[in-house]
Amino acid sequence: MRWLQRLARRPMLVLAVAFVLLPLVVPYYALASHMLVFGLFASAFDLLLGHTGLLSFGHAAFFGVGAYTAALAAKLFDLPLLVCLLLGTAAAGLWGLVVGALALRQRGVAFAMLTLAFGQMIFFVVLQARGLTGGDDGLRGIPIRGLGVPGFEWRLDNSLHVYVFVAAAVWLALWALQRVLASPFGHVLEAIRENEVRARACGYDTVRVQLVAFVFSALFSGFAGALYTFTLYFVALETLHWTLSGYVALMAILGGSGTVFGPLVGAGVFILLRDIVSTFRDDWQLFVGAAFVLCVLLFPRGICGTLQDVLARRRAPAAELPAPAVAPTLARQPREG
Amino acid sequence: MTDTPAGAIGPATLKADGTGAPLLETRGLTHRFGELRVVCDVNLAIARGELRAVIGPNGAGKTTLLKLLSGELRPTSGRILFKGRDITGWPMHRVARLGIVRSFQITHLFPQLSVLENVRVAVQARHSTYNFWRRAEALPGVVERARALLEEVDLLPKAALPAGVLSHGEQRHLELAVALAAEPELLLLDEPTAGMSVEDTQATARLIRRLAERLTIVLVEHKMDVVMNIAQRIVVLHFGEVLAEGTPAEIRANEAVQDVYLGRGRAAGAGA
Repeated sequence: MRWLQRLARRPMLVLAVAFVLLPLVVPYYALASHMLVFGLFASAFDLLLGHTGLLSFGHAAFFGVGAYTAALAAKLFDLPLLVCLLLGTAAAGLWGLVVGALALRQRGVAFAMLTLAFGQMIFFVVLQARGLTGGDDGLRGIPIRGLGVPGFEWRLDNSLHVYVFVAAAVWLALWALQRVLASPFGHVLEAIRENEVRARACGYDTVRVQLVAFVFSALFSGFAGALYTFTLYFVALETLHWTLSGYVALMAILGGSGTVFGPLVGAGVFILLRDIVSTFRDDWQLFVGAAFVLCVLLFPRGICGTLQDVLARRRAPAAELPAPAVAPTLARQPREG
Repeated sequence: MTDTPAGAIGPATLKADGTGAPLLETRGLTHRFGELRVVCDVNLAIARGELRAVIGPNGAGKTTLLKLLSGELRPTSGRILFKGRDITGWPMHRVARLGIVRSFQITHLFPQLSVLENVRVAVQARHSTYNFWRRAEALPGVVERARALLEEVDLLPKAALPAGVLSHGEQRHLELAVALAAEPELLLLDEPTAGMSVEDTQATARLIRRLAERLTIVLVEHKMDVVMNIAQRIVVLHFGEVLAEGTPAEIRANEAVQDVYLGRGRAAGAGA
């Protein structure tokens, strides 16, 4: 077990190795790319759910805005890849600022419903703007991109190239994300998740901190969406559909909400399961749902969360064993003081 | 906001050794929940360095008064002045940054965070909120300050445990350390010994007396022996109104207070 603990101290290294090995064990490259893209999306989503204690139910909007913006930037203006990614990320962040500023007037279920409503707005706008977005046919005809770095013309025109690029980009984004989580700001988020009123009593402007967290989450979600565009050179309208908002919550909880890499693992398992089952059956949701129920029963704190508990229990002397922590509640109401 | 206090404030409200200008002052402070007046026309003047107790039967408005002072609630009318500044209606986090910090009656911690992190994040509020990049543990002086605070409340040996597993008495002490971390000038304590054993109560009373040497404290407390022992002045609230105010000896001798506490005739509250 000691080697496992030593590895746990260098998570980004473990992640890099896992990203190299992943395409060797997964049936095809494009699937591996999708596992990482949705892994980043779930991690960005969990910045709110697991680390700030906010359940957003409209996160597909940020993923979708990132995807569509990047796709349109490539298709209409023929911009280089990195610029497209940047624009997609920025657009999602901007939309996150708008939604966050309005939705954060509420907490709990009302907050979730507001984010859902804003997500649906974007969905119908994109559905109606058929001329620009292709409506429910999805956005097609995105030109193949190179990296756009002078002297290093490397075209993302086959699924291995795409995977290498996506893996590097997702690794960088996750590295940035875990730095944010370990930063002073990240610790304020954890404090707010634990007890918002107390955090306010400490002198933190909790609403503003939550808004900044919301924008961060939208930025990373948008980046994931923009990457998604270049895995298939096609954006499906489903990237904006509310079901994706549900799936991303499922991925995060399945893998372990509130852990650093749980959402990534959860997304990987989810995408893999969906891919395998849906080749045999149209009713894949039934099987993935059953697997989800099983996972929740076996791993009440998610795959990574439960694993962490087991490791911590082995390390801690039995006498000082802390009681197993409770899963973060989704909607924290301010308690009476 | 440096004009002299309104006539409502009697000369007895300033401490003999005080400089004259109170640290905290309320003028006609009133709070209504609908028709119910929970705090009614309260005028207080608390001198710097004072340890003031607020007592009163259940429902007298003590906790509401603390919520008003700390900015958690907005008063219906009346004003709050701190260091001569009108802070009426300020949000809680701004009041906290100015120097009024409140501890909670029901323990209000970050249960899943470690004991050290509970205090560390509170200390950090004085330093940095929007720092996204460096490691939180690397902020200069913050961890050291947090450890010193834990030492002060005798919790340093338990620094690594999650706050949720501490005993009740220990959580109350951690509660104090978290409040102190914000470096308040005025500390509002809401029943710091609630539910404590006799020994824990005594230890906490000693701690509060020690803190009073460098802080101004407003203490809401039910336990008469604690209050009578450590407070310099006492305010008695009854149905939201100030029933009496004075030194512990004066309060003990006050007939209206005896009536309220012995349950003789509630009408006493109206006459005060």
